[in-house]
Amino acid sequence: MKDIIFTILSNKKLADRTYEIVLSCEKGAHGVLRPGQFVNIRLDGLYLRRPISVCDWTEDTVTIIYKTVGKGTEQMSLMAEGETLDVLTPLGNGYDTAKTGDRPVLIGGGAGVPPMYGLCKALLAEGKKPMVVLGFNKENEIFYVEKFEELGAEVYVATADGSAGTKGFVTDVVKTLEFSHFCTCGPEPMLKALDNVIDKNADGQLSFEERMGCGFGACMGCSCETKYGHKRICKDGPVMERGEIIW
Amino acid sequence: MVKEMNTKVELCGITMDNPVMAASGTFGYGYEFAELYDINVLGSFSFKGTTLEPRFGNPLPRIAECNEGLINSIGLQNPGVDKVISDELPKLAECLHKKVMANVGGFSIEEYAEVSRRLDGCEQVGWIEVNVSCPNVHDGGIAFGTDPEAASSVVRAVKAVVTKPVIVKLSPNVTDIVAIAKACEEAGADGIALINTMLGMRIDLKTKKPVIANKMGGFSGPAVFPVAVRMVYQVYEAVDIPVIGIGGISTAEDVIEMMLAGATAIEVGAANLVDPYVCKKIVEDLPRVMDKYGITDLKDIIGGAHNG
Repeated sequence: MKDIIFTILSNKKLADRTYEIVLSCEKGAHGVLRPGQFVNIRLDGLYLRRPISVCDWTEDTVTIIYKTVGKGTEQMSLMAEGETLDVLTPLGNGYDTAKTGDRPVLIGGGAGVPPMYGLCKALLAEGKKPMVVLGFNKENEIFYVEKFEELGAEVYVATADGSAGTKGFVTDVVKTLEFSHFCTCGPEPMLKALDNVIDKNADGQLSFEERMGCGFGACMGCSCETKYGHKRICKDGPVMERGEIIW
Repeated sequence: MVKEMNTKVELCGITMDNPVMAASGTFGYGYEFAELYDINVLGSFSFKGTTLEPRFGNPLPRIAECNEGLINSIGLQNPGVDKVISDELPKLAECLHKKVMANVGGFSIEEYAEVSRRLDGCEQVGWIEVNVSCPNVHDGGIAFGTDPEAASSVVRAVKAVVTKPVIVKLSPNVTDIVAIAKACEEAGADGIALINTMLGMRIDLKTKKPVIANKMGGFSGPAVFPVAVRMVYQVYEAVDIPVIGIGGISTAEDVIEMMLAGATAIEVGAANLVDPYVCKKIVEDLPRVMDKYGITDLKDIIGGAHNG
């Protein structure tokens, strides 16, 4: 982990209350190694940093996508190109692509979609053939579907109100697919629903969200109990293996 | 820097390179921070509150943001004293070559004494910090720190079984901090550390329920700094043992102010969680701020605000 100052290259609206920021830094400075890792952003006037998952990265950029859900993210949405952000990076364990097999399914729900992009890219680079299932509430919240398609992934969309793609939830799509492994990120009820519908023998990696204090393992503010003992969602997670989770 | 600056202070017979310590619960067992910088630049630090048995702590969420601070309700999560001695302290020994402060939590007088006795036997431990002020556990912690009688019983029991200096960490959630500090001194405490967190609450407007699962938690951060300065000032007047100032410190200026109020050493808490490098920055910034205010020897300013 390092504390670095990024410069905002772009900050644009992708969908309803959903924005994408591309941050630039010196080559190699951000340290992001695995999809599913996150960064923790300091914002003027707010005491705690805001943890946001990494969507994509290059040697000298990090792309994050966030939903405006409160003061911090609303403040971020107003920031302009050229402004700077104080960021702790990289944080968390991320997904282990060695465990996915050749035909994994990646399932993202709402603000959980972004880390699936970096993961999809990494898996394709390893020669695997991921399927992607993206869930949104309604059509005007949809983002990044074409970006996944441009990567060459097989993409399915579900909306709760049926305004686009399959009417229903990601579980309705996932039930119909055959896959070697699943990786997911989204609200906890979605993760739980997936655990319920996916064959008990299938392995998966699930990324959890929690209110954090520090984001780097010091305060024990986001500890959870797992089958292998206490884990800090920020440092030992946010990605947990299906087999260790106590629901 | 041309002038000779002396940042050394003495805390209960142990000389520290500077008065800057990290507060218990914000610095783990040190080694996570040692990945970021050489933690030997600190005066010392107080490690995560330790109890007799392992504790998972409180349900999630345990954290709520506030203006200039946060509320936490961790609930003394720790692996238990035996694991701390067998696993955590050896790891810490690799990165800290100084005496560390052992923070002790408890649910009974006997537990405080037993955990203190075991930690007293560790060579690395310089001081025992007895936490009678954790607001996040029931039937323990704060129950001992809000009553002069109960606090002094804990101090007497711990003093009877340890050889190292005993520092009592007090709660600000009391009507008369001075009475409790005096009771601890009379019971044999070698120092007083204050303040632990203030009991607080946030309510989420969307769910219309408290943010913290345990409803209440301990409020800390820059917002509590003036309360801490006031209490350190009051306790310094009332006792003859050293006082450690804690509460909202995040800059070298805050360190000087807390020392003027009467602190011999200080602990940085919440600030570590938002800037993991903050303790190092404070230590590095101290000589500049001392120079700015015409201070050459830091120990000379302890309690300076009381003169005249």
